[in-house]
Amino acid sequence: MSTVLLLLITGVGLGALYFLVASGLSLIYGLMGVLNFAHGSFLTLAGFLGWEVGRRVGDGSWGGLLVGMLVGLVVGALVAAITELVFIRPLYNRHIEQVLVTVGLGLASVALFEGIWGTDPIQIRLPEWLGGTTDVLGANIPNDRWLLIGTAAVVLVLIVLFLQRTSYGLVIRAGVENRTMVTALGIDVRRAFTIVFAIGGAAAGLGGVLASVYYGQVGAHQGTSLLIYAFIVTVIGGLGSLTGAAIASVLVAVIQQFANFYLGGTGDIAIVLALAAVLLVRPTGLMGKVTH
Amino acid sequence: MEDRSALVLDAVGLQIGGARILHDVSFEVATGEMVGVIGPNGAGKTTLFNVISGVLIPTSGRVLLAGKDVTSRKVHQRARVGLGRTFQTSSVFPGLSARENVRLAAQSKLGGATSPWRMPRAGDEATAVAMRCLDEVELAHHAGTDAGVLSHGDKRKLEIAMLLATEPEVVLLDEPMAGVGSGDVAGLVEVIRRLHRSGRTVLMVEHHMEVLLGLVDRVAVMHHGELLAIDTPKAVMADTAVQQAYLGETV
Repeated sequence: MSTVLLLLITGVGLGALYFLVASGLSLIYGLMGVLNFAHGSFLTLAGFLGWEVGRRVGDGSWGGLLVGMLVGLVVGALVAAITELVFIRPLYNRHIEQVLVTVGLGLASVALFEGIWGTDPIQIRLPEWLGGTTDVLGANIPNDRWLLIGTAAVVLVLIVLFLQRTSYGLVIRAGVENRTMVTALGIDVRRAFTIVFAIGGAAAGLGGVLASVYYGQVGAHQGTSLLIYAFIVTVIGGLGSLTGAAIASVLVAVIQQFANFYLGGTGDIAIVLALAAVLLVRPTGLMGKVTH
Repeated sequence: MEDRSALVLDAVGLQIGGARILHDVSFEVATGEMVGVIGPNGAGKTTLFNVISGVLIPTSGRVLLAGKDVTSRKVHQRARVGLGRTFQTSSVFPGLSARENVRLAAQSKLGGATSPWRMPRAGDEATAVAMRCLDEVELAHHAGTDAGVLSHGDKRKLEIAMLLATEPEVVLLDEPMAGVGSGDVAGLVEVIRRLHRSGRTVLMVEHHMEVLLGLVDRVAVMHHGELLAIDTPKAVMADTAVQQAYLGETV
């Protein structure tokens, strides 16, 4: 029982990390039709810069970590917004070219990060409590999972409030459904594109700092490896659906944890099979809209 | 005449890959006038609407809105000059409520969507406009309903409410009666008539002849991408060229 509980909660914790990356991917694809392969780079850069600033404020302290998270959030949002303005916008309505640009950015940035911070991951110091565990009904849950789950929950609530309660949120929700019609109403959706990129980048940036907490290190390839899972999550959840991304994040991570533990480390195979199954039964994903 | 014209098409032509889609189309629509556009399938009616609304840029000629040359303006820029349109296929946002659909349209007019710092909530001006427009098309009781589950006639009304929220001077209606159940026709006709009576200029493509001839001041007849005639319904129906081209040999 305690093993199941442990796998479940650690799974949700990993899912929280996936969600931080997948939420932006899903929103960006839903609104703009662009699969953003540079999303992992936002995460990696935010992870590095968050760590660099955080350790100077207080290495291994809560203050350092919180400042690092804030830096990651801002860096992610800024880099994403700049990417949209400089690389995506000039290729408006040319989806293939937009995707190719993001692929190029993704590859080039990893090389750049390796040049600056080296090819090997760097071990980082964290507040002591995060290295400990909490007993939940006999299961020793690593404390860092609580931070991950809490942050992702706050991000989810904030994005939902933004989408449901604000003018821009309404424009974005409408744009996900029918971008042409939003333009016909006299609304310039391109500004919404930049905002969605910034929000997605902010979440990924936060995810970058939290990924370093989860793995205990920062590395040039952290974003790339998480991006693969985030893509799977996004497709399973339904491209463009935030709720779908949230549900699929948890689902994928929990399946992964259980398969790794009970089926001899087959977590990655299990989620690829899950992806195939979802695509066969519901090609638009769990919460995806039927395209018309 | 030009200063009183809400819409002027001046020798508008459109060629796509060598094919002549529109050729030398010229006419003026006076402010407050309602003009119907008819013609057989493929005559270029919807293309004409696309050229007027900016979805397509003509390869020759000019389009003037309220005296302003908008030939090379983008769709959303024309919308800001006072042009609104509906589409042949229903184009509401099915996942948003009726109120949110109209609110979105109102936002574009009020500027709430273009300022990142304004975050209005329920009960603000845009929502008030939305409710007023829904009321005008008799849909207020469906304000909270998802647009996707409304009847076809109600969806059309919702589109018109969205149009009203943008306070357009010139309204393009692309087959508003298409697919609408016979029971909903009368209500929709009444909504369109009100739209016209409130002083707006209306241009309307419609296959439902009975409805069209009863509503419009003038009828423009399109054939093979050219304007065959534009006159009062009575005169157009009597025109022998129109009868041969569009209505068949005899009527």
